Amino acid sequence: MTIPRFRVPATAKRGDIIPIKTLIQHPMDSGFLKDKSGKIIPRMIINDFECKYLGKVIFTAKLEPSISANPFIEFFARAESDGDFEFTWIDDKGTVTKAKAPIKVTA
Amino acid sequence: MDKGLTRRRTLASGAAALATGAVFPGLAEAAVGAPAAAEAAMKKFTGGKTPAKGAIKLTLPQIAENGNTVPLSVSVESPMTPASYVQEIRVFVTRNPLPVAVTFLFTPESGKASAATHIRLAATQDVSAVARMSDGTFLIDTRNCKVTIGGCGG
Repeated sequence: MTIPRFRVPATAKRGDIIPIKTLIQHPMDSGFLKDKSGKIIPRMIINDFECKYLGKVIFTAKLEPSISANPFIEFFARAESDGDFEFTWIDDKGTVTKAKAPIKVTA
Repeated sequence: MDKGLTRRRTLASGAAALATGAVFPGLAEAAVGAPAAAEAAMKKFTGGKTPAKGAIKLTLPQIAENGNTVPLSVSVESPMTPASYVQEIRVFVTRNPLPVAVTFLFTPESGKASAATHIRLAATQDVSAVARMSDGTFLIDTRNCKVTIGGCGG
């Protein structure tokens, strides 16, 4: 239903600061809009995004209704050693979407 | 993932957002928040401390044709070591229905205190990014963005 996309470099040198881009399909209904019949469309947004690297949370974003539909998030990480970047998105209904991206780190 | 986020895909997702009801037709003007709410939220975040300017940079277009997706990025000059790093950056919007747009939480492992996203802007307004450093001090940068078509029905 919700398809996450992400871009993580496949390889990096230890100590490199690498950019990570993520995007997930989601309407991000703000709870302030009305549909054609005048009824408020209930709030339904992704409110939490988290990135783990080597098992540790390194970046979190708390999203509010002011974030655009299909939320895009870009952030950075310092390459330490081979491992996975694990992304988690959680929406208002508690739906959890997860994705994983491996990285190879050279000395 | 192969190419990930290309410009084309990003544009396509923006167009999809427009088509799927991210256009805000029925929003009453009253729902557009007052700058006072953003000020109060900012005060609560900083605990009344006055944030300094300089080491923080908020990037946002001067004119946004479409308030539904306004690219925003923020970065703070910081060594990002356990001794000195940026803990949190919060983005405040003065004239959206809710005063806080997004909160980014960093760790020393982030390597760089920088993040980007796309936000909605209901009307022409000031947007502020406030950063909380690990030593308890705050930094602020404010930019004005002119919005031609409001992202929340404005």
